[in-house]
Amino acid sequence: MARVEAEVGKRPEGMSTLEYHVTKYYAAKSFNWWYVFGVLAFVVLAIQLITGIFLTMNYKPSAEEAFASVEYIMRDVEWGWLIRYLHSTGASFFFIVVYLHMFRAMLYGSYKKPRELIWLIGMLIFFVLMAEAFAGYLLPWGQMSYWGAQVIISLFGAIPVVGEGIVEFIRGDYSISDITLNRFFALHVIALPLALVGLVFVHIVALHEVGSNNPDGIEIKKNKGPDGVPLDGVAFHPYHTSKDLVAILVFLMIFSAVVFFAPEMGGYFLEHANFEPANLRATPEHIAPVWYFTPFYAILRAVPDKLWGFILFGLSVVLPVFLPWLDRSRVKSIRYRGWIYKSALTVFVISFLTLGWLGVQPAEGVYVLMARIFTVIYFAFFLLMPYYTTIDKTKPVPERVVYHG
Amino acid sequence: MTEDDADRIDRNRRHFLAVAAAVTGAVGAGFVAVPFLASLKPSARAQALGAPVEVPLGSIGPGEMVRVLWRGKLVFVLRRNDAMLGSLAEGLDNLRDPNSQVVDQQPDYAANETRSLRPEWLVVEGSCTHLGCAPLEDFQPRPVEGWGGGFFCPCHGSKFDLAGRVYKGVPAPSNLKIPPHRFVRDDLILIGQDSGVA
Repeated sequence: MARVEAEVGKRPEGMSTLEYHVTKYYAAKSFNWWYVFGVLAFVVLAIQLITGIFLTMNYKPSAEEAFASVEYIMRDVEWGWLIRYLHSTGASFFFIVVYLHMFRAMLYGSYKKPRELIWLIGMLIFFVLMAEAFAGYLLPWGQMSYWGAQVIISLFGAIPVVGEGIVEFIRGDYSISDITLNRFFALHVIALPLALVGLVFVHIVALHEVGSNNPDGIEIKKNKGPDGVPLDGVAFHPYHTSKDLVAILVFLMIFSAVVFFAPEMGGYFLEHANFEPANLRATPEHIAPVWYFTPFYAILRAVPDKLWGFILFGLSVVLPVFLPWLDRSRVKSIRYRGWIYKSALTVFVISFLTLGWLGVQPAEGVYVLMARIFTVIYFAFFLLMPYYTTIDKTKPVPERVVYHG
Repeated sequence: MTEDDADRIDRNRRHFLAVAAAVTGAVGAGFVAVPFLASLKPSARAQALGAPVEVPLGSIGPGEMVRVLWRGKLVFVLRRNDAMLGSLAEGLDNLRDPNSQVVDQQPDYAANETRSLRPEWLVVEGSCTHLGCAPLEDFQPRPVEGWGGGFFCPCHGSKFDLAGRVYKGVPAPSNLKIPPHRFVRDDLILIGQDSGVA
């Protein structure tokens, strides 16, 4: 080992990159468990890439053969069921982890200056991830694959004048067909993963340039020791990596429990209707997107107008991009914000979860009314933010990081 | 804890923990690798498609040969006539392994002078032992050339006699392979399965 290190040491460019990003990258000592989700997202990405490669070895991207080839993987390929369940469960866990990662940024103001660029790249990653998940969901060519894609692609038909042309262009046919499946396959296995990996790389490079935020939302680089190391920081490796290892282990336990005991998660991770091959002559009675899209889907359904539904749906996805500029607070962390922001964030979380729940309920009666109320709350959180973060009374921020417990 | 205690690092314990974690991780990675590698083996469908194949013999006249596929591999079924059988005993010096002593090229029951269950019927894989091309049949003896009839590989010129035995001085190292097979009836063989054959 020492010899290897000595050999690498002779190549300064390799060593300095390693030092810059790993052994001499200093992050706050006061990281709490909210700070493991970035690493976990990286782990899920690796799981998806590896299982995806192995699935591609047996999957057939054609309308004639796709459904049967998935069943073939489940039944005839040795351990194929495990590889497929790892991939399908991984998709849901990707969103769980990414949503928590984003919520961490909102808790501690990680998107605020000087980290706006990291947040923007992160939002791009989120959009690519949504596209990746959507394209992947068409591939099994089940009933939900087909009709889900039909609904989402048709959304673009709401755009005036060019809408129908765009829809046809996305499908490459007059309806969702073998051609659509084939191009979604290309996007899902090559184009989007490539973009995802590239963006993740840029995300991390951008992060390491400014340095990580921390639960106090203070800049640890302001207080450096005589050796130039931030007094409140410790090296990413071995200190944060060994802590992350514990998080990865716990994550893998929960992940495996779902893979082995509840891969369908009661129809939320793998929808029941998708165990039937795509039938172009009949829509399933109850159609809902997979859980991770339901908050936005609920907003879409809450609006009784096709074009406005599409616009609000699009806005609800895009609005978080502007958080760094909507948030006018002087402090970053929730710890030093006043009651107004704390209440606003709480209400926002409730509205996001409720909209997610409403997205899988039938669009009728009281559900529609609730969806409208929570849609208003969802938008109010973002649009009123410049106002309420300005008037909110903040507490003084300490010079050095604070430990709890 | 005083400053002094903090500096006293137990390096042995730290080393033990690091090695223990690495070994546990490596074992875990090994277990995880098993399903992925196993998934690359022939699937249940491939195994079903690789089932033994039956070949009816009734329509094959003396001196005639049919080509069949078993597991996607070419198999020759040749009904040798008397003249062909007679040639098997001649020119043994020109052959690399006339007595089929390379065991893995044929099941035990075909390790004889005709390399077959019954002298009349040769069942042999049509895959040259050099680099896998399909040899061509050339059954016409040409004594002048020292050719007693057999198989000739067009790729690199390897030659085999009418029992699939390789000639000397050609690139192929060993005799053509005899696949497992058995006679279901006198006019029907099963290629790919030989249980019950003594």
